[in-house]
Amino acid sequence: MSKLVSAQTGNEAMAYAMKQVNPDVVAAYPITPATEIVQIFAQYVADGDVKTEFVAVESEHSAMSACIGSAAAGARTMTGTSSQGLALMYEMCYIAAGLRLPIVMADVNRALSAPINIHCDHSDTMGMRDAGWIHLFSENAQEAYDNMIQAVRIAEHADVQLPTLVTTDGFIISHGMENVEHLADERVQKFIGEYQPQYSILNVGKPITVGALNLQDYYFEHRRALADAQAAALPVIKQIGEEFGKESGRAYGLVEGYQLDDAEYAVVALGSTCGTAKVVIDSLRAKGEKAGLLKIRSFRPFPKDEVVQALKKVKFAAVLDRSDTLGGYGGPVFTEVRSALYGEASKPPVAGFIYGLGGREIDMEMIEELFRLMKSGEVKPDSVQYLGVRE
Amino acid sequence: MATLKELAARGDKFTGGHRACAGCGATIVARQALLAAGKHPVVAGCATGCLEVVSTIYPYTAWNVPFVHSAFENSAATVSGAEAAYRSLKRQGKVADEIRFIAFGGDGGTYDIGIQSLSGAMERGHNMLYICYDNQAYMNTGIQRSSATPRGGHTTTSPAGKKQPGKLQFRKNLTEIIAAHNIPYVAQSVVGNWSDFTRKVEKALDKGGPAFIDVLQPCRLGWGYPPELTAEIGRLAVETNFWPLYEVEDGKHKLNYTPKERKPITDWLFQQERFRHLKGPEHQGLIDEIQRDVDQRWEALQKRCAL
Ligand SMILES: Cc1ncc(C[n+]2csc(CCOP(=O)(O)OP(=O)(O)O)c2C)c(N)n1
Repeated sequence: MSKLVSAQTGNEAMAYAMKQVNPDVVAAYPITPATEIVQIFAQYVADGDVKTEFVAVESEHSAMSACIGSAAAGARTMTGTSSQGLALMYEMCYIAAGLRLPIVMADVNRALSAPINIHCDHSDTMGMRDAGWIHLFSENAQEAYDNMIQAVRIAEHADVQLPTLVTTDGFIISHGMENVEHLADERVQKFIGEYQPQYSILNVGKPITVGALNLQDYYFEHRRALADAQAAALPVIKQIGEEFGKESGRAYGLVEGYQLDDAEYAVVALGSTCGTAKVVIDSLRAKGEKAGLLKIRSFRPFPKDEVVQALKKVKFAAVLDRSDTLGGYGGPVFTEVRSALYGEASKPPVAGFIYGLGGREIDMEMIEELFRLMKSGEVKPDSVQYLGVRE
Repeated sequence: MATLKELAARGDKFTGGHRACAGCGATIVARQALLAAGKHPVVAGCATGCLEVVSTIYPYTAWNVPFVHSAFENSAATVSGAEAAYRSLKRQGKVADEIRFIAFGGDGGTYDIGIQSLSGAMERGHNMLYICYDNQAYMNTGIQRSSATPRGGHTTTSPAGKKQPGKLQFRKNLTEIIAAHNIPYVAQSVVGNWSDFTRKVEKALDKGGPAFIDVLQPCRLGWGYPPELTAEIGRLAVETNFWPLYEVEDGKHKLNYTPKERKPITDWLFQQERFRHLKGPEHQGLIDEIQRDVDQRWEALQKRCAL
């Protein structure tokens, strides 16, 4: 079969994936750098390319509220946003997860105000890391496309039933043009299958109450079930990633190791920085240095066992965070990784590096320097530092 | 319009066993609205607030129609999403029923925190009826002021004190704000006049498109009166012209009821504990001001109806 390739930005790739998914409802609101996703999709609707009912809401809060109503009505439902828009949705994001509604959202990662800034960091989606959503990061536009399609399957899986977030790095991926390989429409449709909702408030013959008040006697069990669903998503994400590999030639796991098997020093990262790190690692490897990368694709659920396994043999790992916990000890990825390793007999020392806030550039030299510091022993285990900021 | 006999035969879609106060007006609104809608299959939604809290304590529910609650400020947006899903699935032949959508919200969830969500849903033209059960305060959290609370009303955040006589501001006219959206149907109704409310719910649902009904709903706890007076106090609000019964159909204002003799506003105010502090002669000026406001609003409404 001939390959379907076109030059697309991350936003175009995500919107295109949404078109091929052809959801029943999209409710969304524009915000830089995710605006294009909404615009492109609105054009698909205007041109009759999709069967979707597009709800051009008056705010992101209403976008997620409408998505909740739509998903409760058994419709395949998608949205997209970024930064302040996502922050305005937070309240409803927790509710979407608590109600176990398999909404799929594209978020273009952007810094949170103040100061206002439109460029990439991960603070926006990290702000809802405990909301109960599945949270997949993408390294490039191709992965963004692939993740959007897989997200539909993951979210709707009977063992999961959770809203799912697919993110790209603002401007770096959202506006960067790449060759993106697509599946044909029919193959996407076959891969995701027809949505068979378990419940629907449109089933007037069998009325259900969605969003009931839970007091001390039931709330905890429902929240516990939510945690169980996150755990159940781990094998599901893996299995769907493998299936997607058979379909597309691009298999996915919860994490991706790059030159990690025999690596002595590793960086751990999310998103587009992984692409930069891979180039650095190639050049270090060419010089005989045993450098490697652990890319975390699924941040929620956090794949503890995979992370432990992947880092077991390295001598030191530098964990990169493109967001801060402000008053916590290290960024969100660092705290997760360090906590995952803590009880292990065989574990590397780790250090945390917070970088790239508000779109501050991270370049190859900076990553190379991290490897040099790890090797020379100049990084203190368990230390947390800021990278690329004027002190 | 359905007769009482027909309504009684329909069977309750909002059932008993919930935990509302004796004499609660909000549950009357829900019950009568669903009875009135009875000939259609209905999907209902509700904002966080008394009505939702008393009627959906897991694992029980008083709603014998499909029901969705998500949060406080977004009953309109949530139901608009369900309605969009319905349109999409209907078009695809995946739903057969002719479903109507009704969103409920208290005055807090409607006049205040939810006004944006409501305005957005009305402007977008969703085929849904929004019913505000307007008890003029945030009752669920213990009687705090809203922009629907009348001037002089005592609430826990506009308390009557030594220096201040309850709420300082006049209430907002939300009915006219929504009428300004130029939607097919907007109306005011009241708990205590079942036939007016039933007719309006039927009309709103039959017209199709976005519709809004603001129902004045006496709250025995928040307003302070014996529970058996709920309907009477509602009717008194109409007899004093405080709460005129009217509708705006396709942009045309129409008064549905004119009292034979307008009763003084004090007849209504002094049935309620929340205005009791205004009884002394030192507050006569404020009472006069409140009466003037009622009369001016009534005149303005009559002018709109004469257009
Ligand atoms: C975002 C948010 N803010 C505040 C609350 C707390 N809260 C719940 S119900 C309510 C008041 C509801 O008042 P109203 O809408 O008038 O309905 P009523 O309780 O009178 O039925 C408040 C303030 C909330 N649930 N969510």
